[in-house]
Amino acid sequence: MESRTIFDKIWDKHVVQTVPNGPDVLYIDRHFIHEVTSPQAFAGLKQRGASVFRPGNTLATADHNVPTIDQHLTIHEELSRVQVEKLKSNCQENGIQLYGLNNPYNGIVHVIGPELGITQPGMTIVCGDSHTSTHGALGNIAFGIGTSEVEMVLASQCLMQSKPKRMRINVEGELRKGVTSKDIILYIISKISTGGGTGYFVEYAGSAIRSLSMEARMTICNMSIEMGARGGLIAPDEVTFEYIKGREFAPSGEMWEKKVEYWRTLPSDPDALFDKELHFDASDIDPMITYGTNPGMGTGVTGRIPTAEEVDAASRKSFMKSLQYMGFSPGEEMSGKKVDYVFVGSCTNGRIEDLRSFASFVKGKKKADDVTVWIVPGSKQVERQAEEEGLRQILENAGFEMRQPGCSACLAMNEDKIPEGMYAVSTSNRNFEGRQGPGARTMLASPLTAAATALNGRITDPRTFL
Amino acid sequence: MPIEKFTTLVSTCVPLPIENVDTDQIIPARFLKATTREGFGENLFRDWRYDKTGMAKKDFVLNNDRYGGQILVTGKNFGSGSSREHAAWAIKDYGFRVVVSSFFADIFKNNSLNNGLLPVQVSEDFLSGLLEMIEADPSLQVQVDLENQKISVLPDGPEEDFDINPYKKNCLLQGYDDIDYLLSIKDKITWWENSKSRV
Repeated sequence: MESRTIFDKIWDKHVVQTVPNGPDVLYIDRHFIHEVTSPQAFAGLKQRGASVFRPGNTLATADHNVPTIDQHLTIHEELSRVQVEKLKSNCQENGIQLYGLNNPYNGIVHVIGPELGITQPGMTIVCGDSHTSTHGALGNIAFGIGTSEVEMVLASQCLMQSKPKRMRINVEGELRKGVTSKDIILYIISKISTGGGTGYFVEYAGSAIRSLSMEARMTICNMSIEMGARGGLIAPDEVTFEYIKGREFAPSGEMWEKKVEYWRTLPSDPDALFDKELHFDASDIDPMITYGTNPGMGTGVTGRIPTAEEVDAASRKSFMKSLQYMGFSPGEEMSGKKVDYVFVGSCTNGRIEDLRSFASFVKGKKKADDVTVWIVPGSKQVERQAEEEGLRQILENAGFEMRQPGCSACLAMNEDKIPEGMYAVSTSNRNFEGRQGPGARTMLASPLTAAATALNGRITDPRTFL
Repeated sequence: MPIEKFTTLVSTCVPLPIENVDTDQIIPARFLKATTREGFGENLFRDWRYDKTGMAKKDFVLNNDRYGGQILVTGKNFGSGSSREHAAWAIKDYGFRVVVSSFFADIFKNNSLNNGLLPVQVSEDFLSGLLEMIEADPSLQVQVDLENQKISVLPDGPEEDFDINPYKKNCLLQGYDDIDYLLSIKDKITWWENSKSRV
């Protein structure tokens, strides 16, 4: 049989039929929904007189809009409350499981899927959220969709999709001290730009990727969309199986053995062909920080912003507009810049490992007085675990406060907004203009760089503490 | 449920010569709290269009009386970022039917096509030429002909062919949407579910 990539193996197995000269009808195993991109889909379905085709394959959580303090009280922002209530009634009417606010399984959709063992290798997974690619870290095809597509999945458990091209990104070698998976992905995007992956589905491979923990892999796949890719995945291996085993909804007993046997057949065949292949050396990567208004505008934390001459002439106008927004000048060094806020959380870096690495970094030290730090766990389970492991105490002793789970300041839909003109180092995924609040200036970085910066109140290379 | 058909459009254009316009600029997250599809046009490009007191920013193109029309012409990598379909809804609700760029983000492109908003991808050269012509003459008429997949500056200016998936093209020409199609093959989907020995 012809050699195939993991992507082809999973995709082909889910094609119900192919429209002549058109897209494939792709069957979706798991559909996640949240309060922001689903209400219009339910309304559309109702208007057509259609019902939810396979309610058991859809799972809901409230995350984008929810407050991160006093979650036991009524949400006082009216529009947010209406959206969260609408999600609840839509789920009730259609027999969909909802892990709403205060449910012990509530959390950011891309954090709870893997942590509950719902996300598994070989699946097709979609959600009306571009960071759905996170799930791909467990060896599946996961991608973000729009609301019309949410309606399609509710109506038929299928999507009309043209098969994207395949790209493999190989990262070989050993990471240097203080360099994390967040730095790997920010580095890759800085090299290939925010459009460099458009039209492709990416497989991340190579020894540096293989050596990462499951959660670190999720950070990489999470940001696939930031290079424009449809999604990103990593072939399942022992790390993957070990992570899934024993989780709430993971298969068990004989079924577990059967599944693992199948999952072992998924990795790309040795001579499988990719439409594009890129190679990076892990030892070239420094802790990264962004200086501009898209995730591709990044540099090593000890590096500097490019000069205007170093930027392609056609892109110079957009580059200067971006720096003007940030209040930076071409050629400036990033290290030492004053920071007002630090945000630790999001589907990119809001998992227990992220909180552990932040906490162990700041243990026994003190937060800088003039910086406000929001630490937002990715889920109720992460919150509980942080409590049990004593991380909350470590954080509090160092002057930090841990809030309640949600998407929070990553997209500032709730009240967690960075004020206008202020500088924030954020472990999230987007530094777009106004992303963290109107006029907010965001610099993306890893939890370690965020920790070093929170201690100094200035952009700091985490290696200076190591 | 039909989407609005698209065949041929002749219109003036609105130039937005900025690259990497992301969906947070098209419609900021704080305006995504509605539970219906209507009314997002009011907040299209909100933070570029209005200052924090709600006053129109004079230097932004949507506030410039010189320009108007149903075609938005913009820099490469348009619509990157979030999957929010609200971005396509906002552009359509404002009154645009076509967005011209040299490169579109994938999810934005799908969302647009699912809402009768046509993304027309042109070459860098055609795009920069078109932007210059619009800025020199805001009354410039541009024709977008979906059937022949051609964009032309009228009456005899530059023209270029554009690509579109043949299935999606037919959907737009007929005003037919994917959900109608999927609902029509539910029996096939059920058969597939039952016949697959899916591990």
